[in-house]
Formats: sequence, structure tokens, C-alpha cells
Amino acid sequence: MTLTPASHIKRFDTLLIANRGEIACRIMRTARAMGLRTVAIYSDADANARHVREADEAVRIGPAAARESYLDVAAVIAAAQRTGTGAIHPGYGFLSENGTFVEALDTAGITFVGPPASAIAAMGDKSAAKVRMEKASVPLVPGYHGADQDDALLRREADSIGYPVLLKASAGGGGKGMRVVESGDEFQAMLDGCRRESRAAFSDDRMLIEKYLTQPRHVEVQVFCDSHGNGVYLFERDCSVQRRHQKVLEEAPAPGMSEALRCKMGDAAVRAAQEIGYVGAGTVEFLLDADGSFYFMEMNTRLQVEHPITEMITGQDLVEWQLRVAMGESLPCTQQELSINGHSFEARLYAEDPEQDFLPATGTLSRFHVDLEGAGLTPEQVRLDSGVESGDTVSMHYDPMLAKLIVHGPDRAAALATLNRALAALDVQGVVTNRAFLQRLATHPDFASGNVDTRFIERHEDSLFAKHRYTHENYASAALVGLHQLARESESHSPWDRHDGFRLNAPRTIRIALCPITQGQGQNVPADAEFCVVEGQRAAGANDWQLTIGNETLHATISSLEGDAVAITLNGHRRRLQARLVGERERNIVVMVDSQRETRLYWNRIDSIDHGHHEAESTLTAPMHGTVVTLLQEPGVRVEKGMPLMVMEAMKMEHTINAPTNGQVESFHFSAGDTVGQGDVLLEFAPEE
Amino acid sequence: MSILQTQINPRAEDFQARDAAMRSEVGKLNKLTAAISQGGGETSRTRHESRGKLFVRDRIDHLLDEGSPFLEFSALAAHSVYDDPIPAAGLVTGIGRVSGVECVIVANDATVKGGTYFPMTVKKHLRAQEIARKHRLPCIYLVDSGGAFLPRQDEVFPDRDHFGRIFYNQATLSSEGIPQIAVVMGSCTAGGAYVPAMADESIIVKEQGTIFLGGPPLVKAATGESISAEDLGGADVHAKVSGVADHYAENDAHALQLARACVSRLNWQKRGKLAMAEPKPPRLDPNELYGIVGTDLKKPFDVREVIGRIVDDSNFDEFKRYYGDTLVTGFAHIHGHPVGIVANNGVLFSESAVKGAHFIELCAQRKIPLVFLQNITGFMVGSKYEHEGIAKHGAKLVTAVACAKVPKFTVLIGGSFGAGNYGMCGRAFDPNLLFMWPNARISVMGGEQAAGVLGQVKREQLERNGQAWSAAEEEAFKQPTRDQYEHQGHPYYASARLWDDGVIDPAQTRDVLGLSLAAAMNAEIEETRFGVFRM
Repeated sequence: MTLTPASHIKRFDTLLIANRGEIACRIMRTARAMGLRTVAIYSDADANARHVREADEAVRIGPAAARESYLDVAAVIAAAQRTGTGAIHPGYGFLSENGTFVEALDTAGITFVGPPASAIAAMGDKSAAKVRMEKASVPLVPGYHGADQDDALLRREADSIGYPVLLKASAGGGGKGMRVVESGDEFQAMLDGCRRESRAAFSDDRMLIEKYLTQPRHVEVQVFCDSHGNGVYLFERDCSVQRRHQKVLEEAPAPGMSEALRCKMGDAAVRAAQEIGYVGAGTVEFLLDADGSFYFMEMNTRLQVEHPITEMITGQDLVEWQLRVAMGESLPCTQQELSINGHSFEARLYAEDPEQDFLPATGTLSRFHVDLEGAGLTPEQVRLDSGVESGDTVSMHYDPMLAKLIVHGPDRAAALATLNRALAALDVQGVVTNRAFLQRLATHPDFASGNVDTRFIERHEDSLFAKHRYTHENYASAALVGLHQLARESESHSPWDRHDGFRLNAPRTIRIALCPITQGQGQNVPADAEFCVVEGQRAAGANDWQLTIGNETLHATISSLEGDAVAITLNGHRRRLQARLVGERERNIVVMVDSQRETRLYWNRIDSIDHGHHEAESTLTAPMHGTVVTLLQEPGVRVEKGMPLMVMEAMKMEHTINAPTNGQVESFHFSAGDTVGQGDVLLEFAPEE
Repeated sequence: MSILQTQINPRAEDFQARDAAMRSEVGKLNKLTAAISQGGGETSRTRHESRGKLFVRDRIDHLLDEGSPFLEFSALAAHSVYDDPIPAAGLVTGIGRVSGVECVIVANDATVKGGTYFPMTVKKHLRAQEIARKHRLPCIYLVDSGGAFLPRQDEVFPDRDHFGRIFYNQATLSSEGIPQIAVVMGSCTAGGAYVPAMADESIIVKEQGTIFLGGPPLVKAATGESISAEDLGGADVHAKVSGVADHYAENDAHALQLARACVSRLNWQKRGKLAMAEPKPPRLDPNELYGIVGTDLKKPFDVREVIGRIVDDSNFDEFKRYYGDTLVTGFAHIHGHPVGIVANNGVLFSESAVKGAHFIELCAQRKIPLVFLQNITGFMVGSKYEHEGIAKHGAKLVTAVACAKVPKFTVLIGGSFGAGNYGMCGRAFDPNLLFMWPNARISVMGGEQAAGVLGQVKREQLERNGQAWSAAEEEAFKQPTRDQYEHQGHPYYASARLWDDGVIDPAQTRDVLGLSLAAAMNAEIEETRFGVFRM
């Protein structure tokens, strides 16, 4: 280990974190432990956010829109100057890989906790980066990284690489501005979409094209360099389980990784970093093919979301490393001093609905808690990096990631078991999350055996999405929740208010019609939905029912426990779960969460059906809060069913509104740039006669 | 507070035998009810369904609040009355809760003879309106009917209580502030057209509902104009051109949702006021009613065993316990409603009649609803009783029953014979609702007594002519009378002709009464003014 010459020391006692959410909180934790004063910045939407509450000081930097706040270089620098900040940690996303920002900091004499602007520029332009990497003998995936961005040329390049190809924003990251093109026919539409997203996210619409490997694993190597020429790798992470190119579940080390391959990839990664004069924490992403060959994808010149799993297996604090390197110190360890201890997983908790194509969700977290003690887990085994607490609001303005659940175990199986227990102990209410989806992923046999690649979710769609898996017992449980609710809705002592389905000379029967919530449905039950009808007849006790579904009869009991918790017994099998009814119309959505999963079913309540579909057909509503990006059709021009009419953006993802049938747009209710609320009527559509 | 104690032994052989007999009767009743609820035959059901129409009972399910009770009236109407089976007289009526309001529902069953009106259909329709008037309940008509059953026009058209009375009632009910809502879900032809036209608000279903005074065939014959039913009087015509209908529905389910919305806008308030108590189930098991009562009218039982299985908490405060004890009177609660109970416990004597009159006066004064549990062979006969004036004492009871303006509910739990039927608030005395148990029998006197009386008259006649009459001949003469009385006194016979509002399972009595009482509280309880009591 090299000693740090005193002249290089750039001490600072105040750190501004130019970020929000969990990463801001996580960075502050280490900064505080190192004795630094912490400064948060916040937009109007975050005035009461957790990262603001936890910082020593906080400065407002603008309105909710990220472009006018967290991405506003001048505002961030002004905040730093106002608070006498010596250094800025950018976290990930936002300004973390923005060369202009780094240069501006240099000018202002503020230390940037990260690589020099030149290194960011070298890797930020993905096409140029590939050229540099090729020179440094880092293996590359076949592709086009040229400066000529002519549409026709790009199309020819894609054709010659052979489909499927991956279209990627040169300036991109985090899945934005990235699409798989399956055939030449859809190339142009995809290219337009990518460019639009890329322009919005990075103010840059240059694209690159790569061969799309069909069964690749996403394995990345954590590297660290100091300003004294030292570089190490802190081993690899496997981030293969992704949806929409967004990582969901990560682990370290990569399953099935040989020591030889680890060294080879590690060396390549350090070589890549040193080629561009890298300083600080960086991640070199590789695609690992089934035959052990690996290709350089890109280098992320920042701290990664998933850095904690590396911390768990190495026992190092990467933020502390970053801060020390930024202060000019040498790396705390040499390569020989680093080793892998056990195995770690990270699950990313998003406010989104996996059953509705991962549509981001908003709302107020009425409860956000993980009961470690109750689950028999220790803080050494489980770490929750969270940017929210109970009572916090999840808005439409930023990334929907709420928290990261990180676990450690002596080996992969033990760590996975801990992950499952921790996920079960995680109690999130008020906002739809992917918690149940994470549970299904983590309990999947193929995942347990380490058989993962980037198409894992697509391949296992049938078993991972709840809508494919509802059983009679799910319907029976939901029906019981409904029956229980009806019983509780009685407002008076009147026998008319007992909701018991009394009929003369016949058993009292209540029919509860349920259907799974599927993609793209709003609050209303579609008129053509197929329902599973559960017939309930009261048995002896007040909470005892005989349920009939088709030819099957179940003896069922339900009792309320504290809060939303209920105990449901079906044919002698007792389960405890959280059950509640949500929905704007008559509380007609049954949400049930048990240790395995979350189920959501429509309950076809008497006034919940939207029969006025002749009107509904002619209007199209916003699936969520967001902004209108562009209108794609002229009113009065005939369109075919499925053709895109307009594009909305929310949570930095695009959502296209398509024509429900052949017909024409009568009028649009919004223009590009307008903000729309969930359920707002976007446009009038006249279906063809 | 006096909790009734039971004396019965459910393990006794006698109890078991009665229990089995009654359960068998209830089983038959349930089976018959289930069969009737299927409406017309399979063919007409299939045709109905293929038109995208809901069955009448499904329509009612869609109309009612989720899990709402439905207190159906006279499901056995027209049972075995006509040559063809006319299940439920082709009309389903009852009280159900719609948007939180108890409503009377009158729904045609188009699978039964196209929903046409037989004499019993008319009677049932009028009875439902009468119940609505008495209880002050909004009316919802689910119309799907071809109008009068033409072959029987003389029995359905001209008289006071025939078809026209339906519209008379609609007008006068509306004038009393009782909402009239019509949902046109099929044809409303000729007279039927007035159901939606006379309604306060009406809804019509696209491509299903039609309203016209004369259908296309009549129009063709009368004027030569050729026109389809839809163009003549479909939903588009009436919702957009004529204004006969107020709301346009896409389909049956939508129409019923609109009807629910109509009710939600009524600004409805109940007017009846009672000092309610917390409802409590009876301490004694209602299922034991089967074994207590049985089906043999000759076997007596203590009516307190019945009361204890109907009233809240089995709590019954008896009035004049030791006076005139063949009539049991007292106060109790049913589903929280205070009630006065008048129940037979043997033949009526002068004392029991006077006690009953006194008790009814109390309840009328205090505005407490009355429940009559009838099991009565009649008033006591014989010189002693005639001389002490049992006729005038009986008249006091009859006067009190007739004049009391509190809600009155009658359940025939056993025999209902002769003047006893009158003194115990039989049909003629206008109880709000009247129900029968399947073991009950109703006739001017018992079959055996009638046969005896007729036999005696015959014997005297023969003897005057010096003719002999053997015991065997007498027996042969009496049997047809016994058979006739058994047949005509049977609850199914009675209910088929709407002498009651339904035959009910004894174990459901408490709920039926509770629902009836709660529905009756939509109306204000009036002041009573009694007639002259002969002293």
C-alpha cells in the first residue's frame, strides 16, 4: 500500500449530497460516522422527505421537476456555496455522470466525490468508450458505435449486425433510452422512441447499436482507483435478473463464477478504468455468455445502486472509500487484502405494479416497516437502505425505487433463505409495490439453483406473475374478505342491513364475483371480464361460511386480528394474512398479502361495474400521473386499432396511448408538456362505425 | 325481564317424531320453492337468455344491495290453480333493500307465458302495491310483460280489483308520496304501457324494452302502417323522441344500476318511530320449533315454547299471565323492535277474548306493533258460554283487532278456524303481512267438525223421512267433506289464492317478522280510534 503524501490531502468537513431518497440517506450515514457535517438538497416535492429530515442542513433547490431541481447544476452549486460545503457527493443518477457539473465544481473549487470530468466523458460517450476499450484489449460485443447518426445508416448497421439488436442512447444508463429491436420493420419506431426518451433524460439523442445476446448474464465488476495510480477490483456482482433493462435482484459473488474467470474479468475491469485515468468508485459492466466469454458493455462512473452487496461480502464501506479517495488519500486496501466472505443479495423495492406491466405507483406509505426481530433476523444479516418511512408520500416526479433490502449469509443458500424471510417481514402499505413479485422471484426454483440470465423474468412469466396463478383458495380467501367486509358494512341493527342474502325457504347465499386484475385495467371492471363466482352460505358461527366455487365446497372461517391482519381457515388450513379493500368505486379491489405473495382481485360489487361503456369507449384516460410528451396523430385522421395516439411520460418512463379500435381522434385534451392526473380523460376517440 | 324457560326434551320419542314430520314438510316446501324459482320451462328460459336478458330473480339480485335480504311474497301464487303451471303467477314480488331503502319490487317473469297477467297475477300485483301503500315503500316495477292473458279477459279486465287497479294504485301511491319507478326490460304493450307512463321515473333498455299502446300487428291492422317494434316504441324512441322514458340503459344490468341510482336520489326517510333495543338472538334454539309444533294439529303445545324461539333473548314479559290463559299476551322484542304478542294457547273463552282486547288497546295506545300467532279452533261453544255472552266478548276482541292502527303481523302456526281466524287478525282484518307455516290449516271449521255437522243435518233429514242410515253409509257421506276441507285448508291451496303472503319455514319466522317490522317502520304509526265495544 502506498502512503499518501501530505500535499495531496484535500480535507473537507462538510459534504453536500446532490441526491435524494435512499442513496442520500446512505451516504449521510457514512459521512456522519466520519465526522462530516451533512447538507441535503431538496425540491418542493421533497420538502418533508426523509433525506431532508436526516441531514444536518438542507437547502431548497427548486420545484418538483428534476430538470429544475436535482438536475440544475447552478442551483446545486449555489446550495453548496450557501452552506460552505467543501465537497459534493452526487450519489447515482441525476448529476452523477455529468461532466459539465464536474467541471463547474472544479471552477468553484468544490471537491467532486467521483472521477475526473475527463473519465466521465470518456465513458459517458458509449461509442467513444468502446473505441478506447478496444485499444485496451477489453473484449466488446459486435455493434455500431459511430458518430454518423443518420437513420438509414443506423438501420443498415442494425441489419448487418443481425436482429435482435439493442438500441441504446450513447449518453444513457438505467434503462432509459434503450430498446430491443426484434426486426427491421419496427426499427424506425423504436429509434424514434429511444431518441425521444434519451433527449428527455440526457439532452442527447445519439444512439448506438449492439448485438443482442439471447442468453447473457449481466455480471459487473466493482473497481476502485485512487489519485496515486492504485487500482483494485472488489469482485463481481450478478445483476442478471432485470425487467425492462432495470435491475431487480442482484447478488455477489456471481453464482458459478470460477476463481480464474473472476481474476480475468477483474483484471480487465481495472485495465479499463486505468485506461481512462479513473479515480474513485466505478463499475465495469460485462455481458457474460454461457461459454465463459465476456464482453464489455459499459462503465458506470459512479457508485452503483447495488454497491451494498459488495460491501456485505468484502466488509468494506464503499462510500468511506469514495470520501477518502476524494480527500486525496490512497486506497484503504490492496488487492491482496481483499477477499470474499459469504454471499449477499439485494432486492430493490419499487413503488410499481408488476401485474400492470410495472406501472409506477404513487400514494402515501401508511406503513413501511421490517420486523427483523419478529422474523428472527439480525442487523448483521439484513440491511435496509431506505429513503422513506411510514407516512411518507411517493410522488410521480422521481424514480419509483423506495428501498433496497440487502442480506448476507455464509453461502448462497443461506443468504437466499434470509432474503425470503426478510421480504416476508417487510410490511409496506398504502402504495402498490413489487414486494410480492420479489418474493416470487426469490423463491423461484431456477433462481435458487443460480440458473439466471437477463431474460429470466420473460422466460418465467407464467410463474412469476400472479394473474397466471390464482387458485380456488385465492378466490375463496378474497371472497371471505368480501363477505367479512359486507358484514362489517352494516350500519344499523336493522335486519335489512345484515347483508346475509336472506331468502324465504332457501339457504342464505351471497355471490361474490371476482376477477384477477390484469394489465392495463383501471379502477373499473371491464364489462367483458370473466369472473369467478364464489357462493357463500353462512354456517354455524358468525364468521363461519360454506363456500362453493364450481363443484368445490370449502369450509371457511375468517377472523380479524389487529390492523388489516386476518386469519383465514380453509378446510382446516389456517393462514394469517393482511387483507384490505381499496379502490375508488365501492372499495372493490381486494388486496391480500401473505408471506408468499400479494394477490389483487376485482370484486364485482353492485355499483362498481361501468355499464356506460358506450361512453367509455370514446374516451381514453391517463393510466397514471405524468406529463404529456407528444401527440402523434392529427384529430380527424383515421387510425387503426393499436396505433399510437400520444405518448405520456411518468417516472421517467414512456407510456404510449394506443387506439382502442379503428377510428379517429376527435380532440386531444392536453398538449405536449401538460401534466395530467391519473384517470384524466386524455382525448376523445370516435370509433369507426 | 323474564327469560322463558323451556320444558321440552329434544331426545323424547314424541319430539323426534314431530320434528321429523315437520322437517319433511319444510323439505317439501323448500323443494317446491326452488322449482318455482326456475320460472317457465327450459325452452323459454333458453330463449330468454339468448336475447341477452337476465332472469327475473337475477334482475332482482342485480337491483338489490349486496347481500340484501329479499322478503318474497306469495311464491306459491297460482300453484295448481290453472290447467298449465304458472310458477309464482309469472310475477315475482317482495321487499328488498335498494340503495339503503326498503322497496317493494314487482317483476314480471317473461319466461312464464310471456309475463302475461292471469287472474292470480293481477291479484298478486295489487297485493304488492297494497303492501307498498301500507308500509309506505317505494315501488320498483321491472316490466317485461305481454299484458293481460287474453283468454281469461273476463277475470282480469273489468272488475274493481282487476288490471286497471294497477294504474289506479300507481297514481294514488304517487299522490301519497310513494315513489313509482319503472324499468322497461321487455315489452309493455297496451295497458302495460301505462306502467312506465304512470311511473314517476322510468328507465328503458336499449333493443329490449318497448312501450306502445298498440303493437305492430295492431297498428298494421288499424292503419296499415308497417313498422318494427323497435321503431314503434323502442328505447331510442322513448328516451330521445317521445319522452315516455327518462333514462336510457345499455342492457339489463345497466338499467338496474340506473334504478338503484334513482332510489338513491329519493331523499328517503323512515317515519316510524319505535324505542329500539339491541337485537339479540333467542336463547332457545329456533330449530326446535319443528319438534315442538309438529304437523298433527290435534297434538297441543305450549305456545310460550314458540314465542321463546322467536323473540329477542327469549325474553317475554307476559301480561295477565293467570287470567284467560288460553290466550297468551305480552311484550317482547323482535330484531330490536318492541312488539306486543297475542298467541293462542287453546280455545278462546270470554276471559281470553276480553284480555286480548285489553292488550290490543294497550299496544295501540303505546304505538307498539302487534304480532298474532294463530293456532285456534275457535271460540268455546255451549249454553254456559252463550249465556255469559261470549259473542259480545268475542266481538270486543274482533273490534279491537279491526280498529288497531299499529302495524299488525299474523302468522298461522297451527289451525285457523272459524271466528278464531277473525279474532286473531285473519286476512279480512288487514294485517300488514300474513304468513303460514306448512303445518297450518285454514277453513271455516275443522274438516271433522264440518263433516260432523253435515252428517248430523243429513241424519236428521233421513230420520224425519223414517229412513235408516248405517254407520258405514254415514262414514261414506262424511269422507268427501273431510277430504275437501283437508285439500282446501292446506297452506299451498291458501297461498296459491293469495289468502296469505307466503308459506314460511318456522325456523325463519323471527327473521321474517324482523324484516316485516323494519319495513313497516317506513310508515308513521297512526293514532287508533276504536269503534263501540259492546259491554
